[in-house]
Amino acid sequence: MATQLLDVERLSKRFGGFVALDEISLVVTAGERVGLIGPNGSGKSTLVNCLCGTLVNEAGTVRFEGRDLAGHSAHQRTHLGMARSFQLPRPFTGMTVADNLRVPLLYTVGARRKTLTESEIGTRCEELLTLVGLADRARHLPRDLTQVDMRKLELARAMATEPKLLIADEAMAGLSNSEVNDIVGLLIRLNEGGITVILIEHIMRAVMSFSQRLVVLVSGKKIADGRPDDVMRDAEVERAYLGQ
Amino acid sequence: MNSAIRSGTFVLACSAVAAIVFVGAWTAGNDYVFFAGYTVLQFVVLATAWNILGGYTGYVNFGTAAFFALGAYSTVFFHKFYPMPVPVLVIIGAVVSGLVGLGMGYLTLRLRGAFFAIATLALAVVLQTLVVNWNYVGGARGAYVIRPAAVEGLSLPYIQYLFLIMLALAATAIVTARIVERSKLGFGFAAIRDDELAAEASGVPTLKLKLIATTLSGALMGMAGAPFPYYIGYLQPSSAFALEYAVNSIAMPMIGGTTSWVGPLLGALLLGTLQQITTVTISSAVNLLIVGLLLVGFVIIAPNGLIGLWQRLFRKQ
Repeated sequence: MATQLLDVERLSKRFGGFVALDEISLVVTAGERVGLIGPNGSGKSTLVNCLCGTLVNEAGTVRFEGRDLAGHSAHQRTHLGMARSFQLPRPFTGMTVADNLRVPLLYTVGARRKTLTESEIGTRCEELLTLVGLADRARHLPRDLTQVDMRKLELARAMATEPKLLIADEAMAGLSNSEVNDIVGLLIRLNEGGITVILIEHIMRAVMSFSQRLVVLVSGKKIADGRPDDVMRDAEVERAYLGQ
Repeated sequence: MNSAIRSGTFVLACSAVAAIVFVGAWTAGNDYVFFAGYTVLQFVVLATAWNILGGYTGYVNFGTAAFFALGAYSTVFFHKFYPMPVPVLVIIGAVVSGLVGLGMGYLTLRLRGAFFAIATLALAVVLQTLVVNWNYVGGARGAYVIRPAAVEGLSLPYIQYLFLIMLALAATAIVTARIVERSKLGFGFAAIRDDELAAEASGVPTLKLKLIATTLSGALMGMAGAPFPYYIGYLQPSSAFALEYAVNSIAMPMIGGTTSWVGPLLGALLLGTLQQITTVTISSAVNLLIVGLLLVGFVIIAPNGLIGLWQRLFRKQ
């Protein structure tokens, strides 16, 4: 039996009178590639923020490797092995690309292993930048990067925390076809390396080629969860996306 | 290991520079040099301390005067309660101001930007009100602190002794700032300055680090304030809590450059010396006018301070 990595149970979040998430339950198994889709404002990013500890959910539980995450702050969740990329890239603008990776290396990997030498950090930075294809940009500042490179940096920084679960929040919005292929390829490679990935995305081509399972959120409710082909044939999903 | 050696070298270099400064001031053969130099060095400490929170971590603190005054008033308190040598009072000032820094951090660090700045300004007002109403340390009247003519066991005039202490504090502050800047802590601070949410997501315990920054910054400011009553001889709330400290400790790093320990040092030396010269040649009231004009000028011409300007010119060539 495969192990449950993430177990979300009846998670709810409201902003004032607006119910952003309504009793969402979701189980993610270790090694899975899950796609999370939904129209704008359906609560995808709110769900990510609740999972990662940026927002506090009023009701429901989030378990990671069987551990209840209630009361864990965002950085503690990162330490446990959850990593995220942000919908809009949020690089550390005052640091070089390599130093952007140094921060998570120092604070997560360094903290786990107690000793992390300067040369190990350098090697790891290089490996990560090569993995995402930014090796020649190491000494540049984030403002010199293109949009696609910025998103690759975002993923590299999440990867630098050596996560078990990577949540990629719209890592491909606004990218061209070939750039989307680049990132999908990258995420699949990461997954093959043993990392569970949740991909939040609007670009259906990317979601369909990436996901082994598809979850659909509409107005804060989960309306479908299953094999991508089945989900796309689901009448409720069709209604949500195309109208009646 | 390598960086430890380099830090060692840096400490030696700092001590050497400090020794040269002292001998240089001594050969001038005029006590006024020590008197004016003390003030400049005091601003080196304050500007460097401010920069740890304001420059490295990105939280603008308008309450420098509060921490400075805490150091000064803890000296006034102990001068009456149980007299102790100045170096001990410096440590006490650091502990008191550091603890208040920690407390202020707990209360205000949920605030960002202008709101944090306003809260720190409020801290200064609250503390000043407390001191004004505390009779034991002189209240609104102020307190006289008669300093000895000379230091026991040292054949130094007192003003030279105070100058030496402030010189040591300046060196301590600069060494601390440089160590922080290049450490894991420094990277964490910079991450907070650039993007707090992304810092958390990268595993940086932002609240803990911000508390370290407020404590460290506050403690260094308290150290700078501790010898002040002996320097000035008569301490009253309005001089200890003067807005001048807050304004200068922000302006100096801004003018020098906030991302490195060099910036506050340059800014304080430049602005502090300029202020001492104008005090003597024109009038002491012109001080703040000069600060204001320089700040406006730098914001327009060199928003990243002298360091930024240097880097820009250097890269172009």
